[in-house]
Amino acid sequence: MNGNGKLRMIIGRLGQSIPSVIGIIIVTFVLTRALPGDPAVYFAGPAATPESIQQIRESLGLDKSWPEQFLLYVRDLATGDLGVSISTGFPVAEELLRRLPASLELTLLALIFSISVALPLGIAAATRPNSWVDQLCRLIVTAGVSLPVFFTGLFMVYIFYYLLGFAPSPLGRLDIIYLSPPQVTGFYTIDALIDGDLEVFGAALAQLIMPAVTLGTFTLAPLARMTRGAMLQVLSSDFIRTARASGLRRSTVLYTYAFRNALLPILTTLGMVFSFMLGSNVLVEKVFAWPGIGSFAIEALIVSDYVAVQGFVLAMALLYVALNLTIDILYTLVDPRVGLDD
Amino acid sequence: MNEFFKHLKYVLTENPVTLIAGGLFMTLVVIAVFGPVLVPYDPLASNAALTLKPPSWEHWFGTDQLGRDVFSRVLIATRLDLAIAVSAVAISFIVGSVLGSLAGFFGGWTDRIVGRLTDTIMAFPLFVLAMGIVAAMGNTVENIVYATAIINLPFYARVARTEVNVRRNADFVLAARLAGNSSLRLLATQIYPNMLPPMMVQISLNMGWAILNAAGLSFIGLGVRPPTAEWGIMVAEGAGYIVSGEWWLALFPGAALMLAVFCFNLLGDGLRDLIDPRRRT
Repeated sequence: MNGNGKLRMIIGRLGQSIPSVIGIIIVTFVLTRALPGDPAVYFAGPAATPESIQQIRESLGLDKSWPEQFLLYVRDLATGDLGVSISTGFPVAEELLRRLPASLELTLLALIFSISVALPLGIAAATRPNSWVDQLCRLIVTAGVSLPVFFTGLFMVYIFYYLLGFAPSPLGRLDIIYLSPPQVTGFYTIDALIDGDLEVFGAALAQLIMPAVTLGTFTLAPLARMTRGAMLQVLSSDFIRTARASGLRRSTVLYTYAFRNALLPILTTLGMVFSFMLGSNVLVEKVFAWPGIGSFAIEALIVSDYVAVQGFVLAMALLYVALNLTIDILYTLVDPRVGLDD
Repeated sequence: MNEFFKHLKYVLTENPVTLIAGGLFMTLVVIAVFGPVLVPYDPLASNAALTLKPPSWEHWFGTDQLGRDVFSRVLIATRLDLAIAVSAVAISFIVGSVLGSLAGFFGGWTDRIVGRLTDTIMAFPLFVLAMGIVAAMGNTVENIVYATAIINLPFYARVARTEVNVRRNADFVLAARLAGNSSLRLLATQIYPNMLPPMMVQISLNMGWAILNAAGLSFIGLGVRPPTAEWGIMVAEGAGYIVSGEWWLALFPGAALMLAVFCFNLLGDGLRDLIDPRRRT
């Protein structure tokens, strides 16, 4: 019965994401059709004749009515067709898929970094209010949201690459002296391990650390703030007092009783954190010349390759919806109270 | 009113950080208003003999690749950066608070439509949506403002909706209704002014984020064009010189940006203490 309740909630949550996806598709459709001027003239290029413009208008379906155009757009999306990038000549979906592993590898490592710093910091701050840890936490939280990611990134490059010489040059995923590992997952670090090549693994990880820490620093702040707040609230509740009074060990009270309950609001914050992360990813990729989808979008923006930019926006929005959905399902699975009512 | 000033004095003296943030804010405003009078050099004048000089007595923040004075450029940029953020926040405040109040006051279909609209905006990673909007509407400074305004809209609409909703049936509103006021008049004269204090906190917290966003957009080459002095684009121009050790090109505009954002965030926290002492952290 309990399992059924959870399953039903998960299905309900899946249903709730449908309006978001419809909204996203409508917005990206409007954005692709709201190009300044006539899109057909733009796509036809500078040497266009009235006939060629008309031909392009027909081939793009621009001579049809808006609802018809929208249906065509949705039909293309359903087959995974995001249009063709003018700057590279390849389908946008293909371009994005090829670069996605680079961005995901960076984002995941950044997430691991920010969680592994923010959670202990928040817990420590909540268990010792007004101590130096708490003050440190407050400082990091305020500084973290105020620091522009591109600025943090550049100064890490200056300190660790130029001054100290620890870090490799901030250009891409792998130093040019190495060959990229044979592709399995597209994550260079994992592929290198599968290949058994520790040297390439080390090199790929070295390239990855600075951008990941930069990206992680920005998202650390909301996570640490939420952890601190949630832990403070849980720690002041009756069941914690009872657990303490029963003489349970401090670590049992803290981790088994308090932290598991504080985890729920923290999971909710992760949704907002992903929004920050996917946005800042673009900036971090530019700073470190990281060949991910963010760099692709910036290159496309510079040469006015609008199809590619809107494909990127759509892909990121769908990724974000999927991430939020995953978080909500995790929430349902983690929360022992969910599903008990029915 | 006297009570208010007592409380203001209490908040400022209790937390010196708020006082510092207030001072910083005033400095920023002065620089933004009087910037052109304060700068020691013409921010656009290049000087081939003085390229990439480190900070010195003559040029406090050094000179850039064209020999322009970085200090003057950072100072001049304050006006543009604040102007972009202020206009974006003003637009999202006005549109967001009106939409949110209507949704909170009338409920039903109005509420559903406004809710759907804000949810759709929030379904995007916000910075990415801003990129898409600027790409679609054209690469100009005005469009940076509109894009920043659109992505901030949901926050105002949500706060306004909640604030109006809790006051919709308050006694003073019912009394005013009984006195024969129309619904819209009630909303405009009785409820709307009462939700301004919580909205002020939202504005201050939002300003920092708006500045960061606008600077981020110009960092990736949208909106502001060189040679205009703007913090984001100055960091972008200086980025290439970091690897060869010319740190001052990017550090100073970046630090100015950080300081401005920091100032608004602290001010927002201080304002929240002032307006709602219960929510202090």
